[in-house]
Amino acid sequence: MSTIIRTEQLTHIYGAGTAFEQAAIRNVNLNIEKGEFVGVIGHTGSGKSTLIQHLNGLLRPTSGKVYINGEDIWAKPKEIRKFRFQVGLVFQYPEYQLFEDTVYKDISFGPRNMGLSEEEIDRRVRQAAAFVELKEATLYKSPFELSGGQKRRVAIAGVIAMSPDVLILDEPTAGLDPRGRDRILGEIREYHQQQKATVLLVSHSMEDVARYASKVLVMNRSEVFLYDTVEAVFSRAEEIEKMGLTVPQITRICRRLAAQGVPISPHTYTVESAKEQILSILRERGKR
Amino acid sequence: MALTDISIGQYFPGKSPVHRMDPRMKLVLTFVYVIMLFIAGNFLSLAMGVVLLLVVYPISQIPLKLIVKSVKPIVPIVLFTGILNMFFVKGDILWAWGFLEISRQGVRMAILLALRILCLIAGTSLLTYTTSPIALTDGIEQLFSPLKKLRAPVHEIAMMMTITLRFIPTLIEETDKIMSAQKARGADLESGGLFQRIRALLPILIPLFVSAFRRAEELALAMECRCYHGGEGRTRMRTLQMGRVDAMAALLVGVFLAATIFFAVAGAV
Repeated sequence: MSTIIRTEQLTHIYGAGTAFEQAAIRNVNLNIEKGEFVGVIGHTGSGKSTLIQHLNGLLRPTSGKVYINGEDIWAKPKEIRKFRFQVGLVFQYPEYQLFEDTVYKDISFGPRNMGLSEEEIDRRVRQAAAFVELKEATLYKSPFELSGGQKRRVAIAGVIAMSPDVLILDEPTAGLDPRGRDRILGEIREYHQQQKATVLLVSHSMEDVARYASKVLVMNRSEVFLYDTVEAVFSRAEEIEKMGLTVPQITRICRRLAAQGVPISPHTYTVESAKEQILSILRERGKR
Repeated sequence: MALTDISIGQYFPGKSPVHRMDPRMKLVLTFVYVIMLFIAGNFLSLAMGVVLLLVVYPISQIPLKLIVKSVKPIVPIVLFTGILNMFFVKGDILWAWGFLEISRQGVRMAILLALRILCLIAGTSLLTYTTSPIALTDGIEQLFSPLKKLRAPVHEIAMMMTITLRFIPTLIEETDKIMSAQKARGADLESGGLFQRIRALLPILIPLFVSAFRRAEELALAMECRCYHGGEGRTRMRTLQMGRVDAMAALLVGVFLAATIFFAVAGAV
């Protein structure tokens, strides 16, 4: 697999040169491969938001470099928009950015900025709407009359419509009920699989990260603490809990069970896998 | 540059005697100071205004840099009015070129005027530097409360000012966020002609208005939940109280005012 996002000694200092100088991220070296589904976790203020805003050139690094597909994104500052189309970023509470009088027009804002033809824009809008399961009739409604969950899906469609190679989402499920959350995460997974896109998902829910991500990026105190597979990251539960983060609930339960001598793997991250293991243990016992 | 770098209001927090003064006294004394500057018609009386600043600024511990910053934007205006006065006041001619002539009285007038404007700005800036916006609106509300008898909505106006001040940073932050979100969708805010740029602002202004209305509604609801019903019978957590500092400040300004009046009447300089 080839590398799609690479950062080199990426550092960002807010208020450089003033009394309030503060490093938001320090010496971040990352290599994210194409097609990866990365869960980004870390405390509030650990630098997650600052990091992701560097990946599409919304923030300019104080020092260090960002490469997308091997290209230094700040080599030609005038062409920075090109990278914003390649790396789609969905902010927290994206429904507050909706502004057009119809859903259709709002979703087409991104593709239109790309300078695509009308047919292509239409195709993109419909495809993006299909991804987030919006009905045809909804496309012609005003975004302001939709429900919270629908607005959120419209806003996500607005970014998906640019067909970015990399899709970054900052807590896309904040404030949604469990059904709305599962729906949005399912749609993101769909985009990931169908478009062979790389996805970065910032989340506070370890359950979601364990369920959807293939790799986990742990940020701590402005630095990358770990970037590894879900198994490798959650197997270091003590260190992660020391940072004030948690591992998935089911992992905690399995670790306890394993410590008490139950033959279950302490490295269990999803409820499904725990269920299978427990059922097979029970079957074994039934035979005896 | 991020929008959040802009500092709104000029309040410079501190613990100096000037900071500790009652905002009502500061408002009144600032007003007196402005009147004092206009009474001063000659150099000696105007010098009183300058000396008063030289006394109060060090006490307030406001850095010199800030004073320069507050005066800087008005330097062109000062120069402009000064030069106009130089040419238009008639009197003993010092220099002439065609129809342009400069008189001795003109130069004197120009210097007096420039000095007066500079003192005016530096003096009134001291008020905003040393008083938090909230204290300032509290002071204004109390000073104008006698007008309530005339059915002027003093409390409501003060509350509006307070809410406005409270929401400026929030709205700036919000604007910043919406701008980033639209830029992430490829919005181009930096290029194009005037018309294009105004059009490019729509994706930012519309969400901003929507969110401002939403916030206003939420705030109104929260205020009603806490039984807000206007200013009547409302008490304060921090009541304003005059103290020794205020008495001393009043005395100081009083003495300078008397001196100014004396020199203005007596002085010929």
